[in-house]
This record gives sequence, structure tokens and C-alpha cells, in this order.
Amino acid sequence: MISDEAKSILYEGDKKAATRNAYGERLAALGETNKNIVVMDCDLSKSTMTVIFAKKFPERFFNFGIAEANMISAAAGMATMGKIPFVSTFGVFASRRACDQVCVSVAYPGLNVKICATHCGISVGEDGATHQAIEDVAIMRAIPGIVVLSPSDGTETSKIIDAAAEYNGPCYIRLTRGASPLIFNENYQFKIGKGVKLFDGTKATLITAGYTTHICMSAVKKLQAEGIDIDFINMASIKPIDEQLIIESAKKTGLVFTVEDHNIIGGLGSAVCEVLSEKQPTRVVRIGVKDKFGASGSPADLYAAYGLDEAGILKVIRENLK
Amino acid sequence: MQKLKREEIQTLIEKSYKCRKNILKMMRNGEGHIGGAFSSLDILTVLYNKILRHNPDQPKWPDRDRFILSAGHKCLALYSVLADQGYFAEEILWKYNTFDTPVAMHPEEKRLPGIEFSTGSLGHGLPVANAIALSARLDKKNYRVFVVLGDGECAEGSVWEAAMAAAHHKTDNLVIIVDKNGLQVNGRTDDIMSSSPLDEKFKAFGWSTRTINGHDFGQIFDTLSGVPFEKGKPSCIVANTVKCKGLPYGEDKYQFHHWHCELEEIDNAINLIGVEMGKELDKVGK
Repeated sequence: MISDEAKSILYEGDKKAATRNAYGERLAALGETNKNIVVMDCDLSKSTMTVIFAKKFPERFFNFGIAEANMISAAAGMATMGKIPFVSTFGVFASRRACDQVCVSVAYPGLNVKICATHCGISVGEDGATHQAIEDVAIMRAIPGIVVLSPSDGTETSKIIDAAAEYNGPCYIRLTRGASPLIFNENYQFKIGKGVKLFDGTKATLITAGYTTHICMSAVKKLQAEGIDIDFINMASIKPIDEQLIIESAKKTGLVFTVEDHNIIGGLGSAVCEVLSEKQPTRVVRIGVKDKFGASGSPADLYAAYGLDEAGILKVIRENLK
Repeated sequence: MQKLKREEIQTLIEKSYKCRKNILKMMRNGEGHIGGAFSSLDILTVLYNKILRHNPDQPKWPDRDRFILSAGHKCLALYSVLADQGYFAEEILWKYNTFDTPVAMHPEEKRLPGIEFSTGSLGHGLPVANAIALSARLDKKNYRVFVVLGDGECAEGSVWEAAMAAAHHKTDNLVIIVDKNGLQVNGRTDDIMSSSPLDEKFKAFGWSTRTINGHDFGQIFDTLSGVPFEKGKPSCIVANTVKCKGLPYGEDKYQFHHWHCELEEIDNAINLIGVEMGKELDKVGK
């Protein structure tokens, strides 16, 4: 059943939004009030949606061309001058191509840089494996001091962009290409380090974040209709993760599922395992990309093929509930 | 144009060689990147004594010129010059290579006054510096940003990403000095990955360039005094230098890129530095 916590924050309606669009809009709005915000992009601003900010504040927008390493170091340089750089490119380039710059120029000095990576996960679709970041969370999580956030919908994206602008330190924000149904309404409050339990149950715990949240939500409702109540947690703050919420739920249900559009190595599932193996040993079943590269296809076809669609998620849950 | 007087050049030589001696004293604690430190030291000496607008008593003075050592491993030179300038007590230098030291083998901004940015992974300094130069424009400040790069470092692609970006954004308050000592870790730069002709490469990228002798104090001063060489363009100085300049048996030898010296060698090396300083002073006359 819907948790008490969730009753006032869940969105009712059929509006959809892509997290990248919500990002672009929120960033442009923040630019009005926070003059220290500067935005950088690598010739993808019409895809990452920083174009909205660029049009509004051209003097605070810097296009660095197709040169991600340079852009990340440049963001570090701007941050040393008290600016708050929001830098965007696709997740594959932010995490892999500019990894050394993220690590040494940004994270090591703890600079106030917000890396807002779009087109993450296999939900990118037709662009295929070269453009699908399925290891970005693992890379960012392993770099000391970076906050890793994965919003599930447009509302949560806006709240996360606000929180990131407020927070003084490096953040990696994982955004997606495609539109997805809104989950939260404006009452929802996001805090770094906190997850939110959307459904209460006893049979198992399901933890997810990002684009898979709406799919899991639908799966959880189906299970509920069959009389199977499970704890359902949206964990947008992957690092730091909400340990207490995970431990309490695992203690109650004794079985945890994680769902992520990411390699099952190093992502949300791993983060949950790290908490539970040390503090509340519990069986965890990780649903995600099983250590292989993505592929080209429609997001729906890819999700079906990789077991990330509702049917695939339900199949694994049912098998393990027996 | 204002020229350095003979006495000023003599003072710079004395300072530069005092720093070399201090670097050798630091190396009583073991290994270090002496080669690049000695090749860049005369450039840093002129920068900090004659060019940079800075205040050692207020290392974070907002209007200061910024200096970024992109080739972070040459930091023995930077440490010794900063100590000489009074950014911190000379005794700090003797903590080199000790546990949790503020003077580590690569410079850390948070650990030591006067360090603008933590460097060490090559190819990061120029992108950072270009953005700081752009920040000056945003904040309507007139400070300048100076960067020392190594010629070996110029093999890093991010150097050229930043070179392109600086020309594109017309950051004419950005000045780089390439310490072209012609050697890198494992041998001659021309044998490992030739970066020549650096001046023409930077020019083709849209920079205004000059080539100088990086051990001629007068020439270093004259050239640095003339920046920006062209309005609307970043400035590049290719400084031809000698690796390990000042220690005769290490000069122009790649083996001195990173030197594991024996403790008993240090005093002799310091004496040799003194002799070399005398020769340099003789050159400019009494």
C-alpha cells in the first residue's frame, strides 16, 4: 500500500517529462536568482537542454566544443573563482572520457562543480552501446567525495538541481533522454542522503532510482493487486545512500531487489549490497544490465531484451518470492 | 620598454641559484623531479620577482595574477620560489617527502599558501587556467593568468583542447610558458613523441607566440613584460631551456628528470651550484 510518507507527494495525472528537459528549465530559472551559476557544454546543448540557459544568459554560457576533458577542467577553474559551474554532456563522455579530469581537477580539490550528464543508461535507445552510459554510477561512486544523484522524474530533477546548487561540493547528476511519467508532485522534498519509501509491504523490498522508477511503480501496483505488498523505495541519492532506510526495510522483509538501468556491477545494486552485507546481511537480487554492453533499438525493445521492462522485473521478483 | 638593470639581473641570478641550493637541501629527504625544476627555475624567478602582481602576505588577494604550474612535478621550483617570496617559512621546505607534508611531490592548493591549483596529472593546468582567465572577464577584473607547461606534457590531448578553447574565447589575459627542455621521463622528447615545432603549433591554434632562451633573465623579463603580444589572442612563450640547468653533471640528461640522489652527493652538488652561480654572475659583469 502507499506509504504514509508518499500520500501527499505522489503526482496524480498523466503528464510526462524527460529529466533532461526538467534540468534545462530549472537551470535557466536558477540562473535568474543565482548569478554565480555558469553553464558549460560540449556542443550538445540542444540535447542536454542547457540551451535554455544559454539563450537566457549567453554571457554565462560557455560552449567548449567537442572536448569534454577540457570542459571538466575548465569547470574546476571556474569553481576556484567562486562560480558554480553546471557542466553537461552525455553520460558516456562525462564519466569515461573526462574521468581523470573529474577525479583530479574536480574531486581531489573538492570543487563545487555540478556534472549533469544526460542520455544515461540503455534507455538512450537507437544511438546504441557507444552512447549508453551503463558504468557511470560505478565510476563516480568510486571517486572520493562525489555526490551521485539519479532523479526519477521531472519533479525530482528540479528538486535535485536546487539541492545541488545549494550543496558546496562536486555532484554527478544522472539524467535520461526519454520522457517518463511524473511520479512526484510539488510537495515532494529531496534531501541529499535520503531516499523515499513510496509503498509499504512485508514480502520484500524493491529499491530503484532514475528512469526505472516509474516502471517499478507500475510493477509494485500489479503485485499489490495480487495481494503481494512490498516495500518500494526510490533512492535518488545513490551516494551518500540512505543506509537507515535500507537497513530498516531489509530487517523487516528479509529479501531485497534492486533495479537499475546500469551495469549490476558498481551501481545502485552494489551500493545496497555494500550497506546490507556489513550492517544487515540480507539476500539481494540485482536487476539491471548484466555486465554486457548496450545495443541499438527502441528503449522499449531494449528494456524488454535486458529484462528491465515491467514483465522482466515482475518475473524476477515472482521467481524469488516463491 | 623598461629593461632590467645589471644589478637586478644579478639579484635574480642569486635568488634563482639560492632556490636551486634549497631544492638540493630538500632532496636530503630523497628523490624528486629536479630536472624540470631546474629548467623552469629562472622563468619562475623572473615571474615572481618582476612580473606577477601578487602579495605573499595575502595569498588569496582577489585581484592577484594567477600562476598555475601545469607540469606539477616541477613543484620543487615553485616551493623554493614561494618560500623565497615569503609565502611561508623556509623551514616548511625541509618537510619535503615526509608523511602528510604540505610540500608533496605534486603541489596541493589546500596545503600551502601560494598554490593556485593542485596539479600533477599532466594536461589539466591549461584548461583550468583558461577558465580562470574567462572568470576574470566575467567578473570584470584585469588579473592575468600565467601557466608553465612542459614540452613533454604537450603530448596530452587536453593541452590542445584548451589551446583551441583559449583562442576561440580570445582569452588574452592568459599566458603560457612552455619549459622546452627537450627531455622527458624516458629520453628525448623528439624521440618519444615530438612536439616540435611548438611555436608554430600554438600559432596555428590562434595564439601569439614568441621563442626565447629560458635562462636569459633579461630576455625572459622583456618577453613577459610584453604580454599580451596581440590583443584578443592568448600568448605563448616557448622557452628553450636546459634540463637540470645549474648542476653540471645533470644538465641535459633525462636521467635527472626524477633523481634518486645519495645523501653524500648533496653537499658536493650544492658546492657545484655555487660555482655555476659565479659563472652566471661573471657573464653579466661586475
